[in-house]
Amino acid sequence: MKITEKEVRYVADLANLKLSELEIAQVAHNLDEILAHMDRLGEINTDGVEPMAQVLYDAPETATLRDDVPRPPLGNDAALANAPLAGAGYFKVPRVIER
Amino acid sequence: MNGHMTIGEIQAGLRSREFSAKELATKALSHAESVNEETNAYLLFSHARALEQAELVDLQIAEGKEPGPLAGVPVAVKDVILTKGVRTTCGSKILERFVPPYDATAVTRLESAGGVIIGKTNCDEFAMGSSNENSAFGPVRNPVALDRVPGGSSGGSAAVVAQGTACVSLGSDTGGSIRQPASFCGVVGVTPTYGRVSRYGLVAFASSLDHIGPFAHNVRDAATLLRVIAGHDALDSTSAAAPVPDYLAALDGNVRGVKLGVPKEYFKDATGETAGLVERAIEVLRLEGAEIHEISLPSTDYAVDTYYVLSTAEASSNLARYDGVRYTTRSPHSDTLSDMYRNTRGENFGAEVKRRIMLGTYVLSHGYYDAYYLKAQKVRALITRDFTDAFRSVDAILAPVSPFPAFKLGEKVNDPMQMYLSDIYTVTGSLAGIPCMSVPCGLTTDGLPVGLQILCNHFDESRMFRIADAFERIVK
Repeated sequence: MKITEKEVRYVADLANLKLSELEIAQVAHNLDEILAHMDRLGEINTDGVEPMAQVLYDAPETATLRDDVPRPPLGNDAALANAPLAGAGYFKVPRVIER
Repeated sequence: MNGHMTIGEIQAGLRSREFSAKELATKALSHAESVNEETNAYLLFSHARALEQAELVDLQIAEGKEPGPLAGVPVAVKDVILTKGVRTTCGSKILERFVPPYDATAVTRLESAGGVIIGKTNCDEFAMGSSNENSAFGPVRNPVALDRVPGGSSGGSAAVVAQGTACVSLGSDTGGSIRQPASFCGVVGVTPTYGRVSRYGLVAFASSLDHIGPFAHNVRDAATLLRVIAGHDALDSTSAAAPVPDYLAALDGNVRGVKLGVPKEYFKDATGETAGLVERAIEVLRLEGAEIHEISLPSTDYAVDTYYVLSTAEASSNLARYDGVRYTTRSPHSDTLSDMYRNTRGENFGAEVKRRIMLGTYVLSHGYYDAYYLKAQKVRALITRDFTDAFRSVDAILAPVSPFPAFKLGEKVNDPMQMYLSDIYTVTGSLAGIPCMSVPCGLTTDGLPVGLQILCNHFDESRMFRIADAFERIVK
């Protein structure tokens, strides 16, 4: 077993994801198989290899820098337009502090 | 629109006043709507925006102005690419009602070139899938064989071009999501160099791997669309500053002396018919004067594992924003903020998206980061090195796109690992960030299309298009 249902619950908690009991069992089963396959990565020698986080190609160091010119922002109304609940120019969420 | 008109035919028709852009857009919309039930390829038709844009093109023509290289061309856009004021769902219930406040740069550029966006295309939820069966709005059926998948995740964008309901379309590719559906539906699909097309307004799945690219009936149209959307954009810090060449100038039909590498690792798992059609395509290019060299890309076997570690890790972070605060959908059953996050996500993400968020969170979590995430980043460097080494001795690499042609709906849906393994020949190019494309190379005995994959070095799209176009001229 690569992963237990207990670990699946822990990871779901980290990911802020509510899963049903059935989903927990399914995810445990699927992740077990997938992680077992991924363990093959341990076979390949990567001594002295720099990790690659981004695609790299030849370009001047400043190639992606732009002039610092102010631009009009999106604006409050447009930014809030898709909010499930908004008011007084803010996103509204359930109470955070208990009284 | 008349089934399979090319960009050139549309431009000629507009110039000779055979039809107006508005007539073409009206016809394209009514045709696309009337046949959409067959494939479910469109999620939305953007009538008002299309007609307004078509009228603008007609006005420019009437005033004697140059209306642009895509003037009047009906274009479909994958529903992970933002269109201002036009609903964009990412194939997800969580964004069912999301109306973007701005346009993606690729959308702005294609409209500036005269393109007419007629609708948004169905896709796997947040572009996660290889069959288009993960859409919250139902699967897309392959127009070539309606009981089969169109491929994924850009299945809708491939299907509309194959069906002739759009002239060209935009898709997105993270691990093969343009090339594989192009191959399954028998159209041309292009994944450009990473950074060649701005990702501004492309809803993020895995930021270090996401690309926008074109689908078309032929290589010339794909090259025309790429040239319009490519180029530096100050709104995407990973967008490349390199100038965009005139891709059409490269389409001279000449492959004499071009050195083509054939990696033996890419024929190991391919089914007999797929491998046979790709080998025949290679022979066709050899007879045209190309030099064929057998090469080896030794890290290929680890690419699927590497890709699924890195892409799910990035996705788990990128999808954290869908928490019920900003993006339209919120669970009604939550008294606390924390429950609201959990319930909103649990109730509205589909099974595959949940699986990938879980996998990505796991590989980034304490105790597993080095063994999975860091290790995969190192193997990604080795996969890239394989290509860098290969391009010292060859100009381009030829391979299958997928080990098999379009499979039946439902065939792989219960086996995620088998579904992931079907991406084996496309994730490599995505990880290295090199340009790669699929060009149709024949049909199986069941009449299913197979794609030839052409891979080139960073920013070498011109050469890739030259080879693809030369091949297309011979077989058409």
